[in-house]
Amino acid sequence: MNAIVDTRTLDPKKLIKGATGDWEVIIGLEIHAQVTSHAKLFSGASAEYGGEPNAHVSLVDAAMPGMLPVINEECVAQAIRTGLGLKAEINLRSVFDRKNYFYPDLPQGYQISQYKSPIVGEGEVIVDLPESGGQITVGIERLHLEQDAGKSLHDQSPSLSFVDLNRSGVALMEIVSKPDMRSSEEARAYVTKLRTILRYLGTCDGNMDEGSLRADVNVSVRRPGEGFGTRCEIKNVNSIRFMGQAIEYEARRQIGVLEDGGKIDQETRLYDASKGETRSMRSKEEAHDYRYFPDPDLLPLEFTQDYVNELASHLPELPDDKKARFIKDYGLTAYDAGVLIAEQDQANYYEAVANGRDGKMAANWVINELFGRLNKEGKDVSTSPVSAAQLGAIVDLITENVISGKLAKDLFEIIWTEGGDPRQVVETRGMKQVTDTGAIEKAIDAVIAANPDKVAQAQAKPTMIGWFVGMVMKETGGKANPQVVNDLLKAKLGI
Amino acid sequence: MTDLTHMTLADARDALKAKKISAVELTDAHIAAVEAARSLGAYVLETPDQARMMAKASDDKISKGVAGPLEGIPLGIKDLYATKGVRTTACSHILANFVPQYESTVSSQLWRDGAVMLGKLSNDEFAMGSSNESSAFGPVASPWTPPNWSVEKAKSVLAGDKKGLLVPGGSSGGSASAVAAGLCLGATATDTGGSIRQPAAFTGTVGIKPTYGRCSRWGIVAFASSLDQAGPIARTVRDSAIMLRSMAGHDPKDTTSVDRDVPDYEAAIGRSVKGMKIGIPKEYRVDGMSAEIDALWTKGADMLRAAGAEIVEISLPHTKYALPAYYIVAPAEASSNLARYDGVRYGLRVPGKDITDMYEKTRAAGFGPEVRRRIMIGTYVLSAGYYDAYYVRAQQIRTLIKQDFEKAYAAGVDAVLTPATPSPAFGIGEKGGADPVEMYLNDVFTVTVNMAGLPGLAVPAGLSSDGLPLGLQLVGRPFDEETLFSLGEVIEQAAGRTKLPEAWWV
Repeated sequence: MNAIVDTRTLDPKKLIKGATGDWEVIIGLEIHAQVTSHAKLFSGASAEYGGEPNAHVSLVDAAMPGMLPVINEECVAQAIRTGLGLKAEINLRSVFDRKNYFYPDLPQGYQISQYKSPIVGEGEVIVDLPESGGQITVGIERLHLEQDAGKSLHDQSPSLSFVDLNRSGVALMEIVSKPDMRSSEEARAYVTKLRTILRYLGTCDGNMDEGSLRADVNVSVRRPGEGFGTRCEIKNVNSIRFMGQAIEYEARRQIGVLEDGGKIDQETRLYDASKGETRSMRSKEEAHDYRYFPDPDLLPLEFTQDYVNELASHLPELPDDKKARFIKDYGLTAYDAGVLIAEQDQANYYEAVANGRDGKMAANWVINELFGRLNKEGKDVSTSPVSAAQLGAIVDLITENVISGKLAKDLFEIIWTEGGDPRQVVETRGMKQVTDTGAIEKAIDAVIAANPDKVAQAQAKPTMIGWFVGMVMKETGGKANPQVVNDLLKAKLGI
Repeated sequence: MTDLTHMTLADARDALKAKKISAVELTDAHIAAVEAARSLGAYVLETPDQARMMAKASDDKISKGVAGPLEGIPLGIKDLYATKGVRTTACSHILANFVPQYESTVSSQLWRDGAVMLGKLSNDEFAMGSSNESSAFGPVASPWTPPNWSVEKAKSVLAGDKKGLLVPGGSSGGSASAVAAGLCLGATATDTGGSIRQPAAFTGTVGIKPTYGRCSRWGIVAFASSLDQAGPIARTVRDSAIMLRSMAGHDPKDTTSVDRDVPDYEAAIGRSVKGMKIGIPKEYRVDGMSAEIDALWTKGADMLRAAGAEIVEISLPHTKYALPAYYIVAPAEASSNLARYDGVRYGLRVPGKDITDMYEKTRAAGFGPEVRRRIMIGTYVLSAGYYDAYYVRAQQIRTLIKQDFEKAYAAGVDAVLTPATPSPAFGIGEKGGADPVEMYLNDVFTVTVNMAGLPGLAVPAGLSSDGLPLGLQLVGRPFDEETLFSLGEVIEQAAGRTKLPEAWWV
């Protein structure tokens, strides 16, 4: 293990006010990410989520006598891809160890994991902070492969517990961060970003509801400028929101203990989401002695740099690269680019709309109109009623001056609820913008003739022109091209 | 006893092929011998119906001219091998009544090649022992009787607690006893620290522990994964070569098995050993070794020299550390390998007031004292604070032991000759009662070979002054089992095949 290094400079804005002064919270995360693969890490059984209890269990998963693990190459490739996505060192030789403990949902009596020699070493994740602004870099300590355990079911019988081994042996990546986060917001943003990277890579679906992504959260507090304090580990937090709450609670709890003259005991805690508090699970003294040793059933895992290079050459564009490209190629702000790349299918949707069009206008329509509406209705781009082609057509109609921006919003609404080809809808519903100066002039003349007093006012105060524009638009049913109206009015009013 | 049960495997094979005998009559003769020898305790489960069915199928194949290399050969299977639909217990209460849904790779290869299963053979519980006394089914008697015992005395003790009768060695005691007593033509065995070679030496039979990785471990109950290897016990060097050819081979289900061709080991029998260099390691002349064993060793070297081999003294300086290091590595792995026997999914379960109580009661009732002792030793040496002092150092010693052999082989040595055991067979109930180390010392010449992952062959080389069999061990280069068979057969020929005991137990 590497020595713990404080990589951050103190940011006074992130301090927590206690009764006796300011405190800084230090957070490090261990993320368990289920590897996306068809089969388990060391057996051919299906790694699919769900299914009848014990339907996806091989002889190896059930730890029958004489059974042996055989490494699933796809899981190894996924771990390497993830390491590459985390800009991390890939270890061409790593070792599987046994972590020994007794539990009914652990059939072998040990978990096959990687202890001293993980497959992936140090890396980093760049994290944007949407709430407080700015960007931080979170260091990755390591990533290793290990088996998941089964599930104990305690609610099936009054006197017995049941065991479901469907998950037993499913491949997990444990991704250990350095203690580089200084607020619950940073921790949430880190997990969100990590999940984005994993989803881009296709190495973990990041589904926290199904337990594909779980976090063990290490929290400690200290006075600004002091060394690291004693940490507590909050186990198995399964939502980003709960993680934020757990950190807030735990930091406050530790500050309370310390300000009351107490000391923090290193321990493992659980977050109770219903009560919004953490509580002690076991102390350091009660911690297991896992008796790690190299698994003699498995040879060290070795592969070549060529193998890594081959995987690297097929990696998809990663979120940071995509963001940089969106800023450069489409002229987007960092914020808009960040919103668009958060999910790969959002980014793909955006690119389909922006392709061959004004990137900024496309971004406005995708983020403000589409995402706003999707959000309101609890949908996402994959279930969007408006396709990228349809939204692109709407943007085209604006650019071609066929419809105004205002009418475009009405058109979007129609496409959202009724569907159809936007161009045709505009045609059939007579939503086409009037650019015929003759018709507009006629409308202007009528407004001027009816309002001689306003004409005088406008000539004295040119901003009054807005009133005339509104009147003309009303006269034309909103279909007049606002620019043409403006130009003609200026000429006729002599302003 | 009939002639059919005392043929060599090779002769039986040839007779079957020539249709001089049928597989069914050969099998029936063995079934009868097994039934008549139940008091020895070699078989813990007999499968006569299955045997007859398989024999009949073999006769069909022979008549159609599609016989496999072991077609119709009746074998016994050590109870450590999972046999599909046939109770497999590793001779432990904790696996009482466990019936696997799968067949071990090695036994399935034997059936593929036409062999017939007579039943399951006793062994020390989880292969932990050197006398077969720790079997949950009770001790196994060797067909060899203690010096000066009358048949009447032997029979009456056999009917009782067997105390004083000779152990067949262990852990593959059932295999060795059955092969020596004519209860099968050959048997599967396993060897973690000497469990094939020591019983072979004690019973006047031949056993080979092949190179680590030569046979698949899949479906064999694990004791110490980095040391366990499957191998045969048979009545001649040739017979063991024939069996090993069927047992060996790469298995994608065992990633420690090695992907290289299996040679025709039998072809190595009779190959000249002229010019081969045989190392005699001086460190194997251990304290308290009897003059008789020393003389046997010298005699063995003379036999090889007479066949044209060159005898050289070599040094394997780390030999003395092998036994203590072995008794760290093997229990460490065993403590983890045996964690799965927890009463949750299969085997014995003793109910408790909560899960921990259930674990404790089940494992206390299910494991015998020797297994419990090794689990505790293994747990201790892997514990935080002790791991580096014990396990890490033991692994370092292991590397040094391996290097000792590598240096000898690099210097041109083709094989190493040592005694197989420090003494002939002892009596049931005689050793290890007060001090387990007394029993562990049986493995002093054999554990080095497991620690180095090398092949080792035990071959009978004569009888003690008391008329008990004594064996020598030949240790080869990795995957050079052929040289061991060539050399072993030279000793076998020169010493004259050991005359196995008459069936006094009937």
